[in-house]
Amino acid sequence: MNSQETPAILDTESVAVSVDQYSFWYGDNLALSDVDLNIPSKQVTAFIGPSGCGKSTLLRSVNRMNDLIPGNRYAGDIAVGTQSVFSPKLDTTDLRRRIGMVFQQPNPFPKTIFDNVAYGPRLNGLCSPSEMVGRVERALRQAALWDEVKDRLDTFGTELSGGQQQRLCIARALANEPEILLLDEPCSALDPIATQRIEELLVQLKSTYTIVIVTHNLQQAARIADKTAFFYLGKLIEYDSSEVIFTSPLREDTEAYITGRFG
Amino acid sequence: MTDPTPDAPRTTSRSVGGDLVFRATVTAAAAIVPLLMAALFIQLALGAWPTIKEFGLRFLYTSTWDPVAEIYGAAPMILGTLVSSIVALLIAIPLSLGVAIFLTEFAPQRLRGPIATMVELLAAIPSVVYGLWGIFVLIPVLRTLVVPVLSAVLGWTPFFSGNFQGNSMLAAGIILSIMILPYISSVAREVIRAVPDSQREAALALGATRWEAVWSAVLPYCSGGILGAIVLGLGRALGETMAVTMVIGNRHDIGVSLLEPGYSMAAAIANEFAEAASTLHLSALAEIGLVLFVITVLVNSFARLLVWRVTRKFGAT
Repeated sequence: MNSQETPAILDTESVAVSVDQYSFWYGDNLALSDVDLNIPSKQVTAFIGPSGCGKSTLLRSVNRMNDLIPGNRYAGDIAVGTQSVFSPKLDTTDLRRRIGMVFQQPNPFPKTIFDNVAYGPRLNGLCSPSEMVGRVERALRQAALWDEVKDRLDTFGTELSGGQQQRLCIARALANEPEILLLDEPCSALDPIATQRIEELLVQLKSTYTIVIVTHNLQQAARIADKTAFFYLGKLIEYDSSEVIFTSPLREDTEAYITGRFG
Repeated sequence: MTDPTPDAPRTTSRSVGGDLVFRATVTAAAAIVPLLMAALFIQLALGAWPTIKEFGLRFLYTSTWDPVAEIYGAAPMILGTLVSSIVALLIAIPLSLGVAIFLTEFAPQRLRGPIATMVELLAAIPSVVYGLWGIFVLIPVLRTLVVPVLSAVLGWTPFFSGNFQGNSMLAAGIILSIMILPYISSVAREVIRAVPDSQREAALALGATRWEAVWSAVLPYCSGGILGAIVLGLGRALGETMAVTMVIGNRHDIGVSLLEPGYSMAAAIANEFAEAASTLHLSALAEIGLVLFVITVLVNSFARLLVWRVTRKFGAT
């Protein structure tokens, strides 16, 4: 139904994640139905829509985090690059290494800042202990946190402010050197200044990473996303460049949502 | 309602008076507990006073126990209690943490309740039944199957040297480990469950397997509470009397080998109290009780503190 509204990805853009006729159930509840969507690489793609519309479900399907939910069911396919994430040959731990995820509530481990960032590389055996210092610094710099914490890498990550904790979580994900970064409402627990810092950071990061962000904040999507997908009641209603979505959406539902008439 | 003049504000005074009585009653009930603790302590200390005066600290580190000559040293009992409890912990810690981790992280939802209940039922079995089981099942099994292997592999260490005599420190430790397993595992289950899912998700999203997430994120997060669960188990093991008395061998001696019989504080009190004739003998037993009381109260308070710190709030540091 939405295929004609979904513009074909231009040839110059490569596709990082392609979602093909994907549906998902929590038990008997259909959370997503027949979603088709191509997420371009090295851009910021935003998923918007009212609560319960399925946007987080889709995000968590990309790195198979929904596996943890008992009684889940899916149909269709999601491919990262050319590989289906549901392929039985796929190693989910490797998939999740390649796809970083940042959650709604900052969730640093009760470990030192250094150990938080080094967690992924250690786990996945990505580098030798001697290379770890450089890797941790690189990740913290990328997450724009280095200057604030470089003198206290041995304090607990849980002692940082909320905004710093969230950037620590971004650094922790980046230390794995992923290709894709999924963010599930990363700023919903943060104040406006911390939010702004994260937004600036995401815009910088898109030169290196494919970024997908779920957000309830429409201004945020308009500010930072190249493309925006609007979900409603488990369906992808409209997917286009953010400019089109926020200035001249084709669907009435989209327009109603972005003008604040529901949701 | 029976009031003939509904406008009179008497209901207020009735409820205030009722509240006062009720409050006084429950306050008194609650106050009985600390008072009992204090009374117990004072009574034990008074009872132990003759031996405290007579032997001083020597009571704690000498090992002659001679009611005829009126010489009392409780070192074998104190050591026996500690050793049998530590053996119990060494066996019970991996088992009960395994149970707790399995039940919280891996067991299918419909198995969790039944298995947890079964584990907790272990705590409902009377101590004397454990003792009987120890005599009729555990010790024969140890004799025919376990000890030959232990002696062959670890016989060169002092801990497993010598002949197995049935009633032994090893048998007591194993019985105790089964008895404290439900305590450790149910508290450990509680603290593991208190770890927020966001911690598991963080680890998994970084590429951890389920097991790695448990080992490197969940357990470190609640390590304080796990330690509390273990110490709580230790507290149980220290005070256990009946089952231990039945299998430990009740020998007044310090033996290094776990295959030999030993003694414990609780067992000594239970065995000798009825036949203690002299004041000093009774007093010696009271002092053992006092030592046991102090040790268990300290251990349990420490454990409760640790568990409380974890389950009360998230910040396990």
